[in-house]
Amino acid sequence: MIFALDPLLGGDIDVSVVLVVLLKVVVAFVFLLVATMLMVWFERKVISRMQNRVGPNKAGPWGLLQTLADGTKFFFKEDLVPERADRFVFKLAPYLSLIPAFLVFTVIPIGGDFADGDGTISIFGHRTLLQLADPPVGILLVLAMSSIAVYGIMLAGWASGSKYPLLGSVRASAQMISYEAALGLSILTVVLVTGTLQTTGFVAAQTGLANWNIVATGILPFFVFVVAATAELNRPPFDLVEAEQELVGGFNTEYASIRFALFFLAEFMNTITMSALIVTLFLGGPQAPFGFLRNLPGPQWAWGIVWFFAKLFIFLFMYVWFRATLPRLRYDQLMNLGWKLLIPISLAWLMLLASLRVAQDQGWNRLIVVVIDMVVFLVCAALFTAALRVSSRNRQAEGSAY
Amino acid sequence: MGYFAGFAITARQIWRKDSRVTREYSGGREAHGKKGDAHDVKADKPERLHGRHVLNRYEDGMEKCIGCELCAGVCPARCIYVRGADNDPDNPTSPGERFGYVYEINYLRCIHCDLCVEACPTEAITETKMFEFSFLNRKDAIYTKAELVVDDAGLPQHLPWEDWRPGEDQHTSAWMRATSPGGDADFVGEVGWSGELGYGVRQPEEKA
Repeated sequence: MIFALDPLLGGDIDVSVVLVVLLKVVVAFVFLLVATMLMVWFERKVISRMQNRVGPNKAGPWGLLQTLADGTKFFFKEDLVPERADRFVFKLAPYLSLIPAFLVFTVIPIGGDFADGDGTISIFGHRTLLQLADPPVGILLVLAMSSIAVYGIMLAGWASGSKYPLLGSVRASAQMISYEAALGLSILTVVLVTGTLQTTGFVAAQTGLANWNIVATGILPFFVFVVAATAELNRPPFDLVEAEQELVGGFNTEYASIRFALFFLAEFMNTITMSALIVTLFLGGPQAPFGFLRNLPGPQWAWGIVWFFAKLFIFLFMYVWFRATLPRLRYDQLMNLGWKLLIPISLAWLMLLASLRVAQDQGWNRLIVVVIDMVVFLVCAALFTAALRVSSRNRQAEGSAY
Repeated sequence: MGYFAGFAITARQIWRKDSRVTREYSGGREAHGKKGDAHDVKADKPERLHGRHVLNRYEDGMEKCIGCELCAGVCPARCIYVRGADNDPDNPTSPGERFGYVYEINYLRCIHCDLCVEACPTEAITETKMFEFSFLNRKDAIYTKAELVVDDAGLPQHLPWEDWRPGEDQHTSAWMRATSPGGDADFVGEVGWSGELGYGVRQPEEKA
């Protein structure tokens, strides 16, 4: 049973339970929309200060309502469908990229007291988690949804009936599929360490800074995940999908009006959900960083929300910072980084962690296991570089540039 | 720092206000909530800005335009329409044989390149420093001769949809072009322009 683990849905399901679920749906929906709105504002404001500009400052205090004004404008723009477009798919594509962005967020616990309790709070006499759903396969749902989001982009480019969007979407899907491997492998290390697929399970296992997964998995999967997530989000420096110089506007060139706004919304929403995922997987989600911070005044589940958002904010800022600082990668650099560096490294790290766990269970000497691992990795790396060299020589013999 | 020096640079910029070069057109947030005209301040304009045109007149009130259509011929946006006509010998509009009978400029097309001013043999057409005119229909966008010609004091007419500020209607004649520093050095300080209504013959600019 996919919902069975939320105590709310464990017993009899009556009207009040349905109402609580509906309330959570509305809160999650509204929260994500407002957060996206603020994220767009935040990004524009911070990046303009980094670039010696002023940024939005007219609509509302400090320009806070700028996104709202832009969104309202999008609604009133002409809704254009190109003549050669596949009309049904063209109209479907924005939703295919927006809805997964929402669904990923439903499995993220945004608050709750996991240190002394099970993360549940009481609403109208019902115990429930501060997340919409807590399926036992939580993290697999996240991976599935981020794969579905590729369809939104791919179909948008294909259905536009125009060549630049098609090129943009082919790039996008190639990029997202290649980085999903590295993403999945670094998630796998977290699964290995915590022994669960459930998002609440991840959070419950990370009680303090010392056993947050960023430390428990040995920091490397964290960096791989951040880089792969940036590429997965198509954010700078991996924003080849919308490389204006090469592709006009990318996969969304032919989109106008609110359909374009939906892609834009999905992009920023993905940034928020992916940051929330990093926080959940590696930084303990709503858990306090140190033990002595667990006894602050006020309800502990509310402090969980505070910790969660403080951590979330760090990553949102990081993405803006990336965008302001790093120039875009070339396409072959992007693919090299993904296939030749991130995937082998995260694979090796996963093997290392797995063998260490087996060594622990079997009572083997860990030092010897690590040495054997290193030897295996070095042999693999040597074979890998040899293979790369041979294939590059072959390509040069055929007259290719790379 | 190596690879990460760039991150330090962008982070440092966040709190540096002195490096911000943006000048807010309408006063910006500083002016928000203040009373009076604080939110309605325009940035200073260069003396030789290309703004809305004006048709000049001589000291005696005669029009300078002779209807030669050189301005219309040179206009890259083709926004000027001129038709000349013979002067009435008893009651001439301009000195000489011909005068500009019809003179229209379409400001939906004008790019303010000032080539018409360069082309004019009689310094009839020049530009003011006012470019903030938000007409609400196409008819208003086409300025006729009656609207372009200077008034009896030699100043440009202020039409209802134009936003004139002090100084923008000053120094709009050929004087400003003739004394421009880009001119021939031999003629700096020489009077090389005709007189105009309301001012007479203007004195040359002081040598810098």
